[in-house]
Amino acid sequence: MLTIVILFLCLAILLYFLLGGADFGAGIIELFTSEANRQRTRSTSYQAIGPVWEANHMWLIIAVVILFVGFPQIYSVMCTYLHIPILAMLMGIIARGTAFTFRHYDAVKGYRTQTLYNRIFVYSSFLTPLFLGIIAGSALSRKIDTGAAGFADAYVFNWLNWFSVAVGLFTVALCGFLAAIYLIGEAEDEFDVKRFVKKAKVLNIVAFFCGGLVFLAAETNNIRMAKWIFGNPVSLTAVVLASISLVMLWVGINRKKKHIIRVYAAFQVSMILLSVGYTHYPYFITVKNGDHLSLLTDHASANTINTLGGALLVGSLFILPALGYLFYSFRGHTDHD
Amino acid sequence: MDDFLAARSQMALSLGFHIIYSCIGMVMPVFMAIAHYKYIKTGNIVYKNITQAWSKGVAIFFATGAVSGTMLSFELGLLWPKFMLHAGPIFGMPFSLEGVAFFIEAIALGFFLYGWNKFNKWFHWLTGVLVGVSGILSGILVVSANAWMNSPSGFDYINGKYTNIDPIKAMFNGAWFSESLHMTIAAFAATGFAVAGIHALMIFRKQNISFHTRAFKIAIVFGAIAALLQPISGDISAKHAAKRQPAKLAAMEAYFHTQEYAPLVIGGIPDTVAKKVNYGIEIPGLLSFLVHDDFKTPVKGLDQIPANEQPPVAITHYAFQIMVGLGMIMLAIGVLYLICIWKKHNWLFKPWFLKLFIFATPLGFIALEAGWTVTEVGRQPWIIQDVMRTADAVTPMPGIQYSFYLFTFIYFTLSVAVIVLLQRQIKMVPVVYDVKE
Ligand code: HDD
Ligand code: HEM
Ligand code: HEM
Repeated sequence: MLTIVILFLCLAILLYFLLGGADFGAGIIELFTSEANRQRTRSTSYQAIGPVWEANHMWLIIAVVILFVGFPQIYSVMCTYLHIPILAMLMGIIARGTAFTFRHYDAVKGYRTQTLYNRIFVYSSFLTPLFLGIIAGSALSRKIDTGAAGFADAYVFNWLNWFSVAVGLFTVALCGFLAAIYLIGEAEDEFDVKRFVKKAKVLNIVAFFCGGLVFLAAETNNIRMAKWIFGNPVSLTAVVLASISLVMLWVGINRKKKHIIRVYAAFQVSMILLSVGYTHYPYFITVKNGDHLSLLTDHASANTINTLGGALLVGSLFILPALGYLFYSFRGHTDHD
Repeated sequence: MDDFLAARSQMALSLGFHIIYSCIGMVMPVFMAIAHYKYIKTGNIVYKNITQAWSKGVAIFFATGAVSGTMLSFELGLLWPKFMLHAGPIFGMPFSLEGVAFFIEAIALGFFLYGWNKFNKWFHWLTGVLVGVSGILSGILVVSANAWMNSPSGFDYINGKYTNIDPIKAMFNGAWFSESLHMTIAAFAATGFAVAGIHALMIFRKQNISFHTRAFKIAIVFGAIAALLQPISGDISAKHAAKRQPAKLAAMEAYFHTQEYAPLVIGGIPDTVAKKVNYGIEIPGLLSFLVHDDFKTPVKGLDQIPANEQPPVAITHYAFQIMVGLGMIMLAIGVLYLICIWKKHNWLFKPWFLKLFIFATPLGFIALEAGWTVTEVGRQPWIIQDVMRTADAVTPMPGIQYSFYLFTFIYFTLSVAVIVLLQRQIKMVPVVYDVKE
């Protein structure tokens, strides 16, 4: 059962990254769209994510619930030492979620209020994945110091450091990239397709650049990033596959294969996550003094894991088909009132 | 403000905020489904308009409920990491099932909001019903988790260690039934009265009468029936509380001295130093009767509870009085409505009658918040009754007060935003749904 629970945790994290990420990305793209085209981007992204966006964010809840029920130690260490970035991420989630809904459901579409919602939406779309990345970067890189004495060492510098911030930026770039690819398939006309292709190109380059930044920061922080990725065959293969899928992705874009490219993009990002995840598995958190919190040992009692696994299995029987049907029904365009 | 107080205030604030949205999220879909059903059956366009107007409100509330709920699932750890370390695996079962229920709710909502004219009409209707059903299920589940804190079970606590964990038994703890029942009814009562009040105001102002009277009727039928059931379920809750948390019951009643023919005190100002209630109305024997079903048997008073295990008496007592008092007022208004549909149809357009409902708009939600204050403050100083003290659960991180100020600011802003948005939606009703009488 433990394996099943861990699989669900990985699935939830992955899907949150892909679906929630694309959805953050839509806001990031809007942030970097010229004033003239913003309204077009906005309506395309609303049509694309409107029906599914509540569901996309449920993956985060599922991941959190699995953590606090199944791996309470991991959850409480993260919540204690990464309190501040988690708080920042939550602020992003709350601002973004409400602004997205409010701008659509405000019966009076006043210029000033709409501008305000839009601002909140785009900036929080940037901040939320930034902090998600920071949290992930800090958890995996021995930054958490359970023995630290001062406030700053215990609660601030464990996440406010070059490495974690670089991971955060990389995450933002990936989200934007995912969204650009996703929106290509939703665009109304050739003009928009061209715009999103261009965005995808730029973001691809930015992601490369941020990836480089992560490596650099890792070097200066004594984190052996290269070993994480090239040190074992699985991670290495994943990175190679990610690179191949990136090439296929661009071939696909040039051949105007609007939908298959999503699969390549999702695959590519999954491979990146797999490569980092595999190196660390089963450790979820690595602590400064060399301690680890491991999914395989630091879990709740067998009874809890069994019921949790059961609940997840039964739940997924309902959720997965329904979710599939939701995505299927609202593929392409949405009419709504 | 010290960190511990800040953490408690932040938790209370967040939950107090979330509960409003979640109750509306549980109940409004049910109202919507009824209006929708009537539309499908009668083809009357007014019902379609009501459904769509309500569904916009639901979307706003759902989004706010969902983000505040996401905050909560982290806040439990951000503020009470030591509690979650032990409690997570024990009371996690309802939370994992709740996650499933939320998920279904979010999916169904996507179908419902965006599915007009797209699906078979009964399928579309059914997705709306599913939103309601899974919302209510989530509510019941999360309250079972809270009930576990009042009535911990499903584990053995030996020498500071939590062993023999049985999550299923923890979920079906001694308080889950009475709390969930009371909570669900409260959600219907509070939302029913609030929605009815808003539509009553519109009828009073003679705007879109046919739209608003139909909407009013759907909401108030639920509100009135729930208001009738609430005291009965409250009595069950009180009996349960007396058994498992005598300190809470004694604080609710500001009942200081154990005695035979224990009196019920209505109102009054508890004086915790002199250990008596000033200016209250005492009805001898009634408390004994309510707790034990006979007028004589003594009820355990605060004098039998060690001082360091007593909850704050005054807050608990006032909150309880407010809840029960408002419950009685709502009961009376509910009865009036039933008389109106049974015998006095013309009341519905009489100003005094409408004013009554306008006045009652916020009552249910005030009672709801008061009720939670009773449950939560009445449990103090325990976070898990008789097992873990709240003070031992709080996060070691200093500076929580800043986080509390931040949350206060955010929730305040959000509340204002939601109120403005709703006002605008209501204002647009005549424009968007211009139905001639
Ligand atoms: C519309 C709201 C509302 C109304 C009118 C009432 N209640 Fe209530 N009450 C709640 C809303 C509520 C609540 C907010 O939903 C609580 C908090 C926890 C719970 O299970 O329900 C609650 C808790 C609660 C508790 C504490 C239970 C516990 O700690 O386990 C008791 C004893 C009562 N109620 C009793 C009553 C009585 C005798 C009422 C008579 C009219 C009453 N309530 C009306
Ligand atoms: C939704 C309605 C709820 C409201 C309005 C509410 C209200 C409150 C209040 C007023 C406090 C502060 C008590 C004090 O410190 O004196 C509190 C504390 C707390 N509540 Fe609730 N509560 C609600 C539901 C829940 C639920 C469902 C849970 C968990 C499953 C929960 C968990 C807690 C915890 C962990 C604390 C902090 C520790 C404590 O003070 O006991 N609450 N809540
Ligand atoms: C008595 C207290 C509570 C009740 C009755 C309640 C009920 C609900 C309901 C019905 C929803 C659906 C949202 C909507 O329709 O607007 C919801 C959302 C949510 N609640 Fe609560 N809840 C309570 C307390 C809590 C607590 C203590 C937590 C966290 C530990 C929590 C976590 C969540 C989450 C994560 C969501 C978002 C789910 C989504 O996206 O749909 N809730 N709650």
